[in-house]
Amino acid sequence: MNGVAYTRYELRRTFRNRRFFLFSLGFPLVFYWLLAVPQRNNHNFAGSGLSVPLYYMVGLAAFGTMVSMISTGARIAGERQAGWTRQLRISPLPARAYFRAKVLTGYGMAVSSLLLLYASGVALGVSLPAQRWLGMTALILVGLLPFAALGILIGHLVTTDSVGPVIGGGVSILAFLGGTWFPITSGFLRTLGPFLPSWWLVQASHVALDGHGWGARGWLTVAAWTAILSASAGWAYRGDTNRV
Amino acid sequence: MSAVASARIDNGIRMEGLVKTFRGPHGPIHAVRGIDVSIAAGETAALLGPNGAGKSTTIDMLLGLAKPDSGTVSVFGRAPRDAVDDGLIGAMLQTGELIRDLTVREIIAMMASLYPDPMSVDEALKLTGLKDTAGQRTQKLSGGQTQRVRFAIALVSNPDLLVLDEPTVAMDVEGRREFWVIMREFAARGRTVLFATHYLEEADANADRAILMAHGRIVADGPTTEIKARVGRRTIRATLPEVDPARLAALPGVASSDRHGDAVILSCTDSDQAIRALLENHPLARDIEITGGSLEEAFLELTGEPDVDESGREVR
Repeated sequence: MNGVAYTRYELRRTFRNRRFFLFSLGFPLVFYWLLAVPQRNNHNFAGSGLSVPLYYMVGLAAFGTMVSMISTGARIAGERQAGWTRQLRISPLPARAYFRAKVLTGYGMAVSSLLLLYASGVALGVSLPAQRWLGMTALILVGLLPFAALGILIGHLVTTDSVGPVIGGGVSILAFLGGTWFPITSGFLRTLGPFLPSWWLVQASHVALDGHGWGARGWLTVAAWTAILSASAGWAYRGDTNRV
Repeated sequence: MSAVASARIDNGIRMEGLVKTFRGPHGPIHAVRGIDVSIAAGETAALLGPNGAGKSTTIDMLLGLAKPDSGTVSVFGRAPRDAVDDGLIGAMLQTGELIRDLTVREIIAMMASLYPDPMSVDEALKLTGLKDTAGQRTQKLSGGQTQRVRFAIALVSNPDLLVLDEPTVAMDVEGRREFWVIMREFAARGRTVLFATHYLEEADANADRAILMAHGRIVADGPTTEIKARVGRRTIRATLPEVDPARLAALPGVASSDRHGDAVILSCTDSDQAIRALLENHPLARDIEITGGSLEEAFLELTGEPDVDESGREVR
């Protein structure tokens, strides 16, 4: 009745969907290997004093987990198309239990993605003090909250035809403006960046590099986005009762 | 109406003055145009009508999936959403696939876990004949098997009200037969059942009562036998050469008559009276057949004529 069993089945079926699982996790991983393996012995990437495997492990930690979270939207769009969402709506499943299941499956994917990336990094010679591993992981998990809500919001607004481009495009723009691919140090983009949740996700991954977490602005921005996107996702879910 | 009967209806389903209009590309679509239906607890009712009659929209409003533009719905004295939250309704919607990557048993167990007083998963599997399919993944099922699983999902909630929207569409003949056996077995437990169908024989065979819908309105509502009697005239066929059809049409109980060679066909308002008069006045009549009106004929007569909406435009 409280939806715990429902969450368990949702997790089980997410991890059973091999194609989805492998593509979601494999994509950032393949990306990482392609970028890091050829230069694994470069210990001073672009004068940063960081090794190439560390630099890209951190960059892809933010990117890969963001993709994992938002991908929930593709799964939801598929379930709506199948009419399954309407079937759930005529059951006593409370909205919050539904959201909890979707958020937890997203986190399941994100954590799997992180662990694979960390293992690859270590295999390529990355070595960090324990508190940096933990600090980076913990802050990334918090920084993913807005993306959990964003995934649900997209899933309930967009049809299966367009969910691919919406997610692909959205992730690319957010990753770019957040400074995933290269550091943004000046100009308009530097002003804009800290207003975005992806900026703070990248900052969270940088705990591995400098040991610094978020200041007050980071926490506030992430909290505000989480609140806004959660409310929007709730609104989209409540309104989503029509035949698709 | 006696106090007992009215209390039963209060405990059942009541839809009053329901109206639902959708915006369409060519102006408003009047899906449901003011319907009143009461279904007593324990009754099995068929919502019968052609495609586009407004059956699914009515069911969506009953289930709380669509909000009526005006009118009220009450399910066992509650608003639809509350009845759903209390786990009183189990439904099989018209369209719907299953989510993948679960076994048949798991998907039924998952849905059962959401209800306060479910059937056991084994009972639902047994009822719907899915015992041998229980370990299969949902994406590997045939269309007929998928419908059975969807039926099992509706049943496993052990609902007081079972709603089925065109449930047998993807089933073969044998599957249909079995489906209705299970449905009647469940209804016999004293549960209320409302099913939509455009198969007339399904309504005739499986419901106590048929509610005929066309163009968003209810055009007839009553026991299936009563609906047949209301419009389904009986026909007498006989071999009777050389009698003027006009004389036959004047017989008591006969509405009209027709001649095809030696055969005459009498359309009767009262076939009992007509057959007595026919034999008395024309003892040479032979090869006599009396056939009852089918629900199919009743249906055509009630819903076949084009309807005209308020703007004078013919609507489909």
